[in-house]
Amino acid sequence: MTTSLDYVNPRVRAIRVSTQSFLQNLAHQITQDMTQGGQKPLKGVIDLSSGDPHRAGMKPVSFVRQVLAVCLYPHLLQDKIFPLDVKLRAQRLLQICEGQSLGSYTASSGLHHIRQTIADFITKRDAGISANPRNVFISAGAQRALMVVVKLLSNGEGQTQTGILAPQPCPHTLPPLLDEAGVLAVPYRLMEERGWALDLNQLRQALDSSRGGCNPRAIYISNPGNPTGHVQDRKSIQEVIQLATAEKLLLLVDEVYQDSVYGQNTEFLSYKKVLFEMGQEFSETVELVSFHSLSCASVAECGLRAGYMEAVNIDPDVMKVFDTMLCTDISAPTTGQLALDLMLNPPGPGDPSYDTHTQELLLTRTVLTRNAQRALEVLNDLPGFSCQPAMGGIYLYPSVKLPAGIREQAEMLGLGADVFYCQKLLEEERLLLGAGQYSGEVGSHHFRLCVLVPTNVLEDALHRLSAFHLHLMGHHTVAGRNVKAKAGCSSQSGLTCVQPTTV
Amino acid sequence: MSVLQEISSNVKNMKTLEYSLLARWTKQIKEDLRQGVKKPFKEVIDVSWGDPHRGGVKPLTFVRQVLAACLYPQLMNGEKLPVDVRQRAQKLLDGCAGWSVGSYSATGGLPEIVQRVSEFISRRDGGVPSNPENIFLCCGSQWALTRILNVLVNAEAPYPTGVLTPAPCYSTTTLSIEGLGGVVVPYYLSEERGWELQVEELHRALESCKGACHPIALYVINPGNPAGQVQSRKSMQEVIRFASEKRLFLLADEVYQGCIYGEKEFVSYKRVLSEMGPPLSDTVELASFHSASKGFMGECGLRGGYVELVNLDPAVKKHIYTLFCADSSPPVLGQIALDLMTNPPQPGDPSYLLYYQKACEVINSLQGFSCQAVEGGAFAFPRIHLPAKLVSLSGVLASPGSDYGQEEGTFHIRFCILLPHDVLGELLRRLSDFHTQFMKDFS
Repeated sequence: MTTSLDYVNPRVRAIRVSTQSFLQNLAHQITQDMTQGGQKPLKGVIDLSSGDPHRAGMKPVSFVRQVLAVCLYPHLLQDKIFPLDVKLRAQRLLQICEGQSLGSYTASSGLHHIRQTIADFITKRDAGISANPRNVFISAGAQRALMVVVKLLSNGEGQTQTGILAPQPCPHTLPPLLDEAGVLAVPYRLMEERGWALDLNQLRQALDSSRGGCNPRAIYISNPGNPTGHVQDRKSIQEVIQLATAEKLLLLVDEVYQDSVYGQNTEFLSYKKVLFEMGQEFSETVELVSFHSLSCASVAECGLRAGYMEAVNIDPDVMKVFDTMLCTDISAPTTGQLALDLMLNPPGPGDPSYDTHTQELLLTRTVLTRNAQRALEVLNDLPGFSCQPAMGGIYLYPSVKLPAGIREQAEMLGLGADVFYCQKLLEEERLLLGAGQYSGEVGSHHFRLCVLVPTNVLEDALHRLSAFHLHLMGHHTVAGRNVKAKAGCSSQSGLTCVQPTTV
Repeated sequence: MSVLQEISSNVKNMKTLEYSLLARWTKQIKEDLRQGVKKPFKEVIDVSWGDPHRGGVKPLTFVRQVLAACLYPQLMNGEKLPVDVRQRAQKLLDGCAGWSVGSYSATGGLPEIVQRVSEFISRRDGGVPSNPENIFLCCGSQWALTRILNVLVNAEAPYPTGVLTPAPCYSTTTLSIEGLGGVVVPYYLSEERGWELQVEELHRALESCKGACHPIALYVINPGNPAGQVQSRKSMQEVIRFASEKRLFLLADEVYQGCIYGEKEFVSYKRVLSEMGPPLSDTVELASFHSASKGFMGECGLRGGYVELVNLDPAVKKHIYTLFCADSSPPVLGQIALDLMTNPPQPGDPSYLLYYQKACEVINSLQGFSCQAVEGGAFAFPRIHLPAKLVSLSGVLASPGSDYGQEEGTFHIRFCILLPHDVLGELLRRLSDFHTQFMKDFS
């Protein structure tokens, strides 16, 4: 064969295999095995490993779906079931599509009208600090936009290889993205004991130790934090901006969960807003790219694939290159682009859809807040588990101290203990969590669980997790007020913490 | 100094297309028209894209009804939608996690849709088996092509990686190759012979790589873009033998397979390869691409495409999969469009008659159209002069041939012909008036 492994682009070969896809494939296999014979299983797989609220049963936002349906099939403009504002919006959006069809191509960086909507949203969000649509680029998901910028930065090898400071822990999609771009991740630790806060000293240390090994050119931030749920305050953001200025680093800020801040006395502040409020010395020089997406908490339309980036203080010639690079993907799906408009420019007071829309968003917010609180309590009651409260985002990121026996078994199988735990949990309880892949204290491992799911699904998941974990740790009695031990709880593998199972 | 001053050199190599300049002029002309500025034409006919809807072709009702029902399932209540639409939407939603098109799907696509695409391929190829594990749905065929190129092109090797590409060629492909640090190695199609691919020219192109680059792949597009030629079986066999002999990975862009008129018929590279028997059929590595953007469906904006991999080393396929994983999942609505394209309504289904009536309207509008005998595809690629003058004097936006690597000393434009009958008529009238006047002014 022509392309034996030797011929495969070494950069592609170097992309770390994602444990997430390994576990999800396993989940898929289990589901397929269960549904063979056409029977719906009594206990289906619950997948809390990725940020996909619809998967678990969260409902889409009606206004978004109604407008998109009418745009796709304009005959529905005559249908009485749709409110007037839905029809008017659909008509307006169809006007901006070539041939008045969602089936037409759009410009690579997105329909101009939608870029304007995004710019207007940003301006309003940042209390009047204006945004220009020319600086907004729409892509098929925020990760795609991030890849464009990271690829631009990617240069050199060895000592001159581009490095990007990346938080530890970071979104699970980040390491393979950096690998693909040929960029080195320079980890800076977040402070677990302070709710996963950013620490300037950690950033500085990471930066200093990286020099000589690579050429650090950017800092990647996730705020609200994925997967930690930490929300930065103004002081923290200012410190990062000051560091970026002093060290001439590009700021790459993932703000996808900006619409899901629920911590008490916590508000989301965009990096751009803080930057501009620091005065001209910073606002006219710091180079910043921020990212947002449909795969957020409020609309959670992950399957529609659209996101955007806003470039601040980036050379216009460089922005032309953003556009050229986005050309090779043709464009983001038109339906996704229109959904961005609907997300960022929702019905206003007085519009027929306003009440329903507001209620739906409020319900999502309530479910998220309640679930986060509930999950926090249950997790912190489980032996060995410890979870920092989250202030925003859609995940919790607990740590657990696993006994040596479990860790040894994992090592024998060549798996991280967190991955092994997740695999066993999936096989025995049909519950999929994300392996945290964070190396903290020896013996402690982290997991990621999405809490933006219907409340009954979360309760079921917590119940399964508790049953599994208690059995694993050798406890069979009720522990704590929030946990019920399942009668006759047994594990298929017969795993106990005293005797390793033969595998 | 900007941090991004040292832009990655690969990216710097990506050429800016002349088309971008034309597009900016056109935008200004459209704005002038909106403001009532008098021009020799009332509207701009934009045929620069392979975009049927842009040109006025209407979407297929069945497709749009199913998509709308998937997005807003309440539409399935009652009987306002035909029963086959409701059944299809139901089946599709049953395959979506959480019964929502807003969930991520598996990286390679929703398994039920992948299965049906593999059945379509097998039917199309007269029974040649197609394994769903070798099929990946993606955000448009171009997206998949770029990822496969990423696996093949090694920007860090001592010699740059070369990809043999037809000239003229669709500009996005050449841009992708350059952006990855690869080198485009053109092989010229023979205009005098209906833009035929000649294997001697492939040999010449390969020779030209010596000392310059390491050729790894041969990209063919059949039916052709921009020139619309349809390859004969014999020509395809020659290409396959060449690829095998020279150890090249064959990239077959077949997105226009649904656009064949005239007497030629489309046969897929996979089928030809299979019929050539072992050892070729077991060893030549092939990736073939298709999409919901072309043909009479023309749903370019939905971004639905797929790639089928043939004879790939499993370890290599694993790396391709890892690359695909990085983008989580292809857009679900695009996947649904693919499903509807590969499994249209059948005789007896309530939507069948309307579906085929609409499809025929588009094809029939192309009867009698010929340039260098367009056999297939969505474009014509005649020789003409000065696309810039064409847009400002006649309000026709076509793509300049220079963006397609046309042969030195020749001048062409590319324009889409998948248009409603009346628009095509108007387009041809303007083209012919422009050309006549131009020749008068400059002879």
